[in-house]
Amino acid sequence: MSANLARLEAPLPVIPDRGGPLQPLLAASDLSKTFRLSGGFFGGRKAVHAVDGLSLTVGKGETVGIVGESGCGKSTAARLISGITPADAGEIVFDGETYWTPRSRITAERRRAIQMVFQDSASSLNPRMTLAETLAFGPRAHGIPTASAHAYARDLLAAVGLPPARFAERYPIQLSGGQRQRVNIARAVAMRPRLLILDEPVSALDKSVEAQVLNLLVQLREELGLSYIFISHDLNVVRYISDRVAVMYLGQVVEEATSEDIFATPKHPYTRALFASRPSLDPRHRVKAAPLAGDPPDPIDPPSGCRFRTRCPIAESLCATVAPPLDDTAKDGAAVHKVACWAAVPGSGHSLAAKPLERVQ
Amino acid sequence: MLFYAVRRLLYAIPIGIGVTFIVFSLVHIAPGDPISALLPNEATQEMVEQARREYGLDQPLLVQYATWLGHAARGDLGTSIGSGRPVASEVAGAVGNTVILAISAGLVACILGFLLGIVAGLWRDRPVDHIVSLITISGVSIPHYWLAILLVIVFSVDLNWLPPLGIGPDSSGGWRPDWPHLSHLILPTIATAAIPMAVIARTLRASVVDVLDQDFVTTLRAKGLLPRRVLWHVIRNALPTALAVMGLQLGNMLGGSVLVETVFAWPGTGFLLASAIFQRDLPLLQGTMLVLSMFFVLLNLIVDLVQSWTDPRIRRA
Amino acid sequence: MHGTLGTGAEADIVETPAVRHRSYRAVVLRRFVRQPVPMTAALILLAIILSAIFAHYVAPADPFQTRVAQRLAEIGTPGRLLGGDELGRDVLSRLIYGGRISLTMAIAPVAIGLFVGGFLGILAGYAGGRTNMAIMRSMDVFYAFPSILLAVAIAGALGPGLENGILALSMVFIPPIARMAESVTTQVRSYEFVIAARLSGASTARVLREHVLSNVAGPILVFASSQVSVSIIAASGLSFLGLGVSPPNPDWGLMLSALRQSIYVNPWVAALPGAMIFISSICFNLVSDGIRRAMEVRR
Repeated sequence: MSANLARLEAPLPVIPDRGGPLQPLLAASDLSKTFRLSGGFFGGRKAVHAVDGLSLTVGKGETVGIVGESGCGKSTAARLISGITPADAGEIVFDGETYWTPRSRITAERRRAIQMVFQDSASSLNPRMTLAETLAFGPRAHGIPTASAHAYARDLLAAVGLPPARFAERYPIQLSGGQRQRVNIARAVAMRPRLLILDEPVSALDKSVEAQVLNLLVQLREELGLSYIFISHDLNVVRYISDRVAVMYLGQVVEEATSEDIFATPKHPYTRALFASRPSLDPRHRVKAAPLAGDPPDPIDPPSGCRFRTRCPIAESLCATVAPPLDDTAKDGAAVHKVACWAAVPGSGHSLAAKPLERVQ
Repeated sequence: MLFYAVRRLLYAIPIGIGVTFIVFSLVHIAPGDPISALLPNEATQEMVEQARREYGLDQPLLVQYATWLGHAARGDLGTSIGSGRPVASEVAGAVGNTVILAISAGLVACILGFLLGIVAGLWRDRPVDHIVSLITISGVSIPHYWLAILLVIVFSVDLNWLPPLGIGPDSSGGWRPDWPHLSHLILPTIATAAIPMAVIARTLRASVVDVLDQDFVTTLRAKGLLPRRVLWHVIRNALPTALAVMGLQLGNMLGGSVLVETVFAWPGTGFLLASAIFQRDLPLLQGTMLVLSMFFVLLNLIVDLVQSWTDPRIRRA
Repeated sequence: MHGTLGTGAEADIVETPAVRHRSYRAVVLRRFVRQPVPMTAALILLAIILSAIFAHYVAPADPFQTRVAQRLAEIGTPGRLLGGDELGRDVLSRLIYGGRISLTMAIAPVAIGLFVGGFLGILAGYAGGRTNMAIMRSMDVFYAFPSILLAVAIAGALGPGLENGILALSMVFIPPIARMAESVTTQVRSYEFVIAARLSGASTARVLREHVLSNVAGPILVFASSQVSVSIIAASGLSFLGLGVSPPNPDWGLMLSALRQSIYVNPWVAALPGAMIFISSICFNLVSDGIRRAMEVRR
């Protein structure tokens, strides 16, 4: 049923690798975005710091998961990295070359290297286009003749498990959620990107359909050598698909480590609370009290110092004054495990932090 | 609340500037030299020179605008070509009559529109709803000047019950709420009220239906609250929308008054405007427009403020 | 290895039965035709428009030919079926011919408003930011006038004439259509399929043409069509005030204004031109309502 996409005759050329396997595919540094509230002539000076100093690298063939509560800036981060929403500050380097800076424009040819897959919704596909038209649009925009773009579209449909004879001329309204999501993925893959940003790609689907779509994503990753940024609030899904996980809180990354490490030994109190709130199938491990009380603070006016301190069980006076840096805390030789918490910084002055003097002795 | 009010007030300033600029431009979009548009045909060379200096017509357009606005702010709207009297006093004499008609038609439109809308909304899809919808769709589609003529044909020509023209006897003595004056007011009121009544009824029906569909009304009913109490909740929730529509319709009545006042020879601002057009009296046209449009801007401002006061959701927007 | 994927996809497909592929436009048309009231209104409008276009064949008499004997003739007079006007011309023929000017003067401003207002609104909505602010705030200024008053003032300053009337009325219909276009475009622009289209590297013009336009055109057109009934009343109102075409051209507003002088002699003939304005206006209203309802197809 599903054809191998790598062997599919694609009208768009494969983007060649430049920096070699050790060069990160994507290195975003210090991305920030502020949304001004209530426009108008004399609109207030209120602003939401949606993303604040976000840095993220994605290796070749790697999948990086981003988790966090809703409203933590995950989706904004996705749009900044894709370049579709320009950040206020920061830089994006793609395979060793500058992809985006606040003063640059991304050319059409380079743009196709990073594509996005959105959460399934009524507005994820153009209701006035047939599936073939939707899939042919991107290639046509790159100068592929309509006839071959449509032939390619049919091949793509087949590759994501939708027989073109039955599906090519359908409209989105005639699809189920899972089918729509396959088309969403096909549309992104049609551009022959190297990085796919998946923003809650399976969150709106039934569990059984979710598994099929996840399998499709895993298959495509292998066949096409893709890298993924996988955004979700579902920790089990992230754990399943990701090599590395970044935890976001209020527009900032608070912890980042390999999937294995972070689920085995979460170090940031927010990560621990987030993981604890996961419903367990084992009745002996049922959560009794909500580990995270209340709503996150107002992003218009974030707390001073560490942003998590207002809900943190181990917050101390130090946390209110200085924001902790996102630093590597791994022991020598172990994989990088970055945490932004004073309790994890030896000698920081936090009562739970290791005392550097003791180490010396 | 105060913050919203100040912001809304400040927003009215650029709008006011834009509106006055358009009114100012009216003389300049008229074919020919603006000076010939501003002065009577038999004007002497000295008058031309004086006007040229006074309005700074040899200056750049923006300077002319500022000069004109300065004059207008001091109550000097120029001289009417037709009557030779100051435009300001012509307009002042007419404003009162328009206000009388607007208030009377506004009251009728609000009361009838409110009743029809609520009745139609409460008895949705019943015969009474269909009758109201027939009335409202006719109301918004009827040329009000034709309605005015029909009213005259029926009530003045055929039945001879009501007077067809004018404001009443003894125009110099001022308007009084006695029968001779009121009888003159009835037909213009109906003609002016038709469109706003239909729009208000339509909007109110929609918001009543909206409110009735909301969960809290179902809850109120389930709690066994009397229909009368439910009705009160419905009205309170539909009120902000109704207010906004009424305010806007009041403004549109000012616009519609041009035609209705012409049909009934009602000596208001609309009639003044029509005669200014008929006589190509541009200073009078400009002055009347300035007063009417500033009134409309002010009305919009008041409606917004009142609405924000009755509906707290708007303040935060 | 891909076996699991294959079976999974099959299961997913079986859920949906075969669906007939019918284009959106065909669905809307079918739903419109099935509504009796709007359909009747559409047929009446068609009759009025066609008889205006083919007035030369339809009208029983020359609309300009005066006949002293039939001045203010009553309804039913032989040769003057709907009476004669103040110069003895055939009112029925003048009503038929009058549709030409009256409907042109009503539809042209909305068409201009649709193009100019639609363009400005889509531009403002898609560009956002300062462009949006500049365009929409200038529209607000025109909004600050009661609509008919603005048309009367502009036409009054420009002087009488068909072109001036159309120009004045266009200024009335550009702002509301622009506002409508801006709000739907702003909404459509935020949809994921537009973002995906932009991400593919397609030019702004292409994204607008292929993705945005097809999704905003419907609501904008329906709104514009709802403005035609307003425009008919306003256009004939301008003619009524003497700001449209000049006599002896047949035009409903102008005829109403002239026949008004003779309501004591022949009241019901005087009412006829107004009835034409009313019928056209109400029919446009019903048709536009019907289109709007037909377009409420679930997505």
